Amino acid sequence: MEKIYERPHSLIEERGNSFCPGCMHGVAGKLIAEVLDELGQQENTVIVYPIGCGAMNGLFIEADGIVALHGRAPATATGIKRSAPEKLVFTYQGDGDLASIGFAEIMHAANRGENFAVFFVNNSIYGMTGGQMAPTTLEGQKSTTTPMGRNIETEGAPMHMCELVSALERPVYVERVALDTPAHINAAKKAIKKALQNELDCKGFSFVELMSNCPTNWGCSVEETLPFMKEKTLKEFPLGVYKDKEEA
Amino acid sequence: MERKFMKGNEALAEAAVRAGCRFFAGYPITPQNEIPEYLSRRMPEVGGTFVQGESEVASINMVIGSAYTGTRAMTSTSGPGLSLMCEGLSSLAGYGFPAVIMDVMRGGPGTGSIQAAQADYLMLTRGPGHGGFKALVYAPADLQEAVDLTGKAFDKAWEYKNPVFVAMDGCIGSMMEVVELPETRSFEREEFPIYSTTRFGQVDPKRRLSTSMIISEPEQEKWNFIIAEKWAEMERKECMVEEYLTEDAELVIVAYGTSARIAKAAIDQLREEGRRVGMIRPVTIWPFPYDSIRKLDSSVTKKLFCLELSVPVQLIQDVQIGAEGRFEIETYGRTAGQIYTTDDVTEKLRGMMK
Repeated sequence: MEKIYERPHSLIEERGNSFCPGCMHGVAGKLIAEVLDELGQQENTVIVYPIGCGAMNGLFIEADGIVALHGRAPATATGIKRSAPEKLVFTYQGDGDLASIGFAEIMHAANRGENFAVFFVNNSIYGMTGGQMAPTTLEGQKSTTTPMGRNIETEGAPMHMCELVSALERPVYVERVALDTPAHINAAKKAIKKALQNELDCKGFSFVELMSNCPTNWGCSVEETLPFMKEKTLKEFPLGVYKDKEEA
Repeated sequence: MERKFMKGNEALAEAAVRAGCRFFAGYPITPQNEIPEYLSRRMPEVGGTFVQGESEVASINMVIGSAYTGTRAMTSTSGPGLSLMCEGLSSLAGYGFPAVIMDVMRGGPGTGSIQAAQADYLMLTRGPGHGGFKALVYAPADLQEAVDLTGKAFDKAWEYKNPVFVAMDGCIGSMMEVVELPETRSFEREEFPIYSTTRFGQVDPKRRLSTSMIISEPEQEKWNFIIAEKWAEMERKECMVEEYLTEDAELVIVAYGTSARIAKAAIDQLREEGRRVGMIRPVTIWPFPYDSIRKLDSSVTKKLFCLELSVPVQLIQDVQIGAEGRFEIETYGRTAGQIYTTDDVTEKLRGMMK
């Protein structure tokens, strides 16, 4: 019988993932593993993991990697890619890691046009530490440090990283995708593949934001995270291509 | 060997290149700026990489990335920048990664002054960062020694898979001296060596994952025992010291770096006057040469004198440990580029030896 679907080889065989049930980090990790298989790059890949939930993908994806310090993945990736340009290098970062503590590192790596890809998983909250406000938390959204909901008068407004990164001269490809529906997941995989192909073709810096949920810290059931994303998150963070130098 | 008249910071940068350094990331800060400036020209000539980081924080993390690939990587900075690098420095030790960090010291605390000082002693020798770690700290007293110790710093970093510091005061970085440069050594990048801390040197046949985060409590503790043994070995084997006319000395100066150079000139003057003065000069400030103090004969030596370009004097803490209460200890510190002259020091010593 013809095999039409199998577990990606780039995922470690004997382990499932240990993300909370319903978390989309596992989907993102699987998509990356599938793309590494399709590009034949598993052996040649170095993944730079963040601090936060996303780091746990390092337990399941079977490729070389390093867990960078909080927010510094783009700087660590710069050191790796500049020293070993033959490797396929990318970072995998969450919103606290990339948009808050690591804001300088992401903007400057993007501005230098480093030849690697960044996968930015945005679920609008700090998951690992237990649900504190992130720079991407929606206005009015409750978190353990905004118990009355985020007040933009005192806590600022959600930060839109695709819009900020695409305003720079050097990035070649910036897109926001989502992981909430099968159609969105298919589009997300295409974006991941395009970003990594850009790097293999030495085109420069690619940035893919993957909109995600937090089934544990959003204060609702797993099922309710899906309508929340559709009705709230994706209205605040519109999907689409923000920059594509090839299309231009 | 090549003899050249060079500015300190440039000679150090060249010494690093000749020791095989092929990656440098750093951020401008006085008084070390000639190191990145020189390397921005020099690295491309040898096929190496120079990156001006957006901050010291980014720079040390670039060094971490480069070290992970097996490249001989370095950064340089001064006091405030060293503070910003602390998380990365601790993590180099946590990952078990080698790297060389040059600290061209200025006055502090805070932003302090940009002039030469020896203000980072306690920070460097106690392990600059969280978690409790140790690193070799070389403290050269002149440019030639700084160049020689730079080569050694790279070798030791790679031998122990641990960060190594070369701590100069700004005087050494800024002055010009004749220096003999070593031959360029070739050092091929080791292809992604296994520095993984999670598997304790056991090769995962399928991948190389490095992290300084070990969630499993027993594994974290096991790793702590492994790295602690490494630091104990450094302490046993890597201490360097110069003892200058200490055997009959009634008064022994303890000083390192430029202070030691000034002290030596003062000792020579005082010896001509028949005063019995000597010096213990730590060449490594960690490990500190406690034994050189312990073995002093208290029936001969009466007093120890800590001389350091820092207010307050910081190395007294180690001198007290070595002295074990057997000697009276006096200090003389200046900072912020207010450097004592040989005459200042001889006058001080004459007063103390009346």
